Amino acid sequence: MQFGIFSVGDVTPDPTTGRTPTERERIKAMVAIALKAEEVGLDVFATGEHHNPPFVPSSPTTMLGYVAAQTEKLILSTSTTLITTNDPVKIAEDFAMLQHLADGRVDLMMGRGNTGPVYPWFGQDIRQGINLAIENYALLRRLWREDVVDWEGKFRTPLQGFTSTPRPLDGVPPFVWHGSIRSPEIAEQAAYYGDGFFHNNIFWPADHTKRMVELYRTRYAYYGHGTPEQAIVGLGGQVFMRKNSQDAVREFRPYFDVAPVYGHGPSLEEFTEQTPLTVGSPQEVIEKTLAFRDYAGDYQRQLFLVDHAGLPLKTVLEQIDMLGEEVVPVLRKEFAAGRPADVPEAPTHASLLAAARKEVVA
Amino acid sequence: MRLVVVSAGLSVPSSTRLLGDRLAAAVGRATPGETDVEVEVVELRDLAVEIAHNFTNGFAGKALSAAQEAVTAADGLIVVTPVFSASYSGLFKSFFDVLDKDALAGKPVLIAATGGTARHSLVLEHALRPLFAYLRAVVVPTGVYAASEDWGAEGLDGRIERAAGELAALMRGLSATKRQVRDEFEVVPFAQQLAALSPAERAGV
Repeated sequence: MQFGIFSVGDVTPDPTTGRTPTERERIKAMVAIALKAEEVGLDVFATGEHHNPPFVPSSPTTMLGYVAAQTEKLILSTSTTLITTNDPVKIAEDFAMLQHLADGRVDLMMGRGNTGPVYPWFGQDIRQGINLAIENYALLRRLWREDVVDWEGKFRTPLQGFTSTPRPLDGVPPFVWHGSIRSPEIAEQAAYYGDGFFHNNIFWPADHTKRMVELYRTRYAYYGHGTPEQAIVGLGGQVFMRKNSQDAVREFRPYFDVAPVYGHGPSLEEFTEQTPLTVGSPQEVIEKTLAFRDYAGDYQRQLFLVDHAGLPLKTVLEQIDMLGEEVVPVLRKEFAAGRPADVPEAPTHASLLAAARKEVVA
Repeated sequence: MRLVVVSAGLSVPSSTRLLGDRLAAAVGRATPGETDVEVEVVELRDLAVEIAHNFTNGFAGKALSAAQEAVTAADGLIVVTPVFSASYSGLFKSFFDVLDKDALAGKPVLIAATGGTARHSLVLEHALRPLFAYLRAVVVPTGVYAASEDWGAEGLDGRIERAAGELAALMRGLSATKRQVRDEFEVVPFAQQLAALSPAERAGV
């Protein structure tokens, strides 16, 4: 099972000091977070993609390429890549390029974005959101799998004899996850292709996550990729930890109470009861995360959000230290226990390459 | 048959709740014998905080979810609001703002309101009826408005009986044909979605 960090990349004032980091500071902080993830033995770093303030990560492969140069094991991913508004030709090329630079340590997660206005910024029509996700992704798959593509669709100019460059590393396209919170169409799309499905459950009650994951698993099996239990599932989760639970609550509450995504609504206690947010000791994070399996089944990827609500970088890095030292080693052991042998790990470049070679031999 | 009363009354005791209870009892009387009417009352006052949180959060808390499920599964609804600033109360509207937009489609609804004076009685026609028309509910012809003065005067009982009779008749009729509850997790097979975008399909080939 893979564990990692995902970052939204928001520039949020620290409510305890009133200070807002500069864009440069925030971008560098994201890089520091990624490097820390590798240092403490986590598997994945994923960056969001946003094109409006107060968010900074508009160019994920630039950032991930920079991180790739300073890491050796970390898988570089996105949360998410906008399959609706990015030209699929550019996605095909950017991520193939990143694959070569990172020696295959690349996968990506498709998403449709968090704000309606992003569509016209890239010349697209929000009313076609789902259709764009379907058509663009179908083209992206072909660009990675066929050297010469003739293509005609509804939303972009036709391609005639087009070859996207560079070709995917070793002829193996990056593994793709599809991220969705409430669109069953996207769970269906992931299932159809046998791709991964990431449910970003961080603001949702468990019951909703359970139903979306069940839908994906059922359809994955329907399309003949394996049993429902073998489908490739990822989940989010957001945490704030201190050695003692009370200290965590005391320190995080001023951040929670005014954060753009949490504040001015339910109390910290209500929010932690109803969503994956855990504010407490490492042991509490372990217990809550292990409980995800009760409703999502054995899954492949767990991403934690730790740089939320305007927390300073130093605090965020302490969180990642605790994840690496105290939380993830226990989770690896506990999740491995009782996991059926036929439930696969998340595909990596190495495993996809091995599978492709086996197919050629067969 | 399941009857749910949604009351936006705020005081305890509340004349809005009282009107809801009297309407529910009258529906019971208008449905003799064949089936019992199970009545559940949703007091929006108790859900006020969860309703506000649903706006900021995007999801319903436990008590609000339970109320939404009860309303969605009901065979008939009685909705009662006090008149605030010449319309339904903000809390009343907010409950329906966070309810799934298809939850009331085809559902028999009796609209009712209370107020300090009879001068606001048309609030039923200019505020409540259009709201439930938008939600595609089947609103019974008689709405019941009770001003303070009506509680001691003649006429209110008659209007309650007439409206309840209309609702009972609709509930009997419509509950026989099972309404289709939309499943938000329903999917169109992917190949079908993909095919709809193909050039051949668009050209009508």
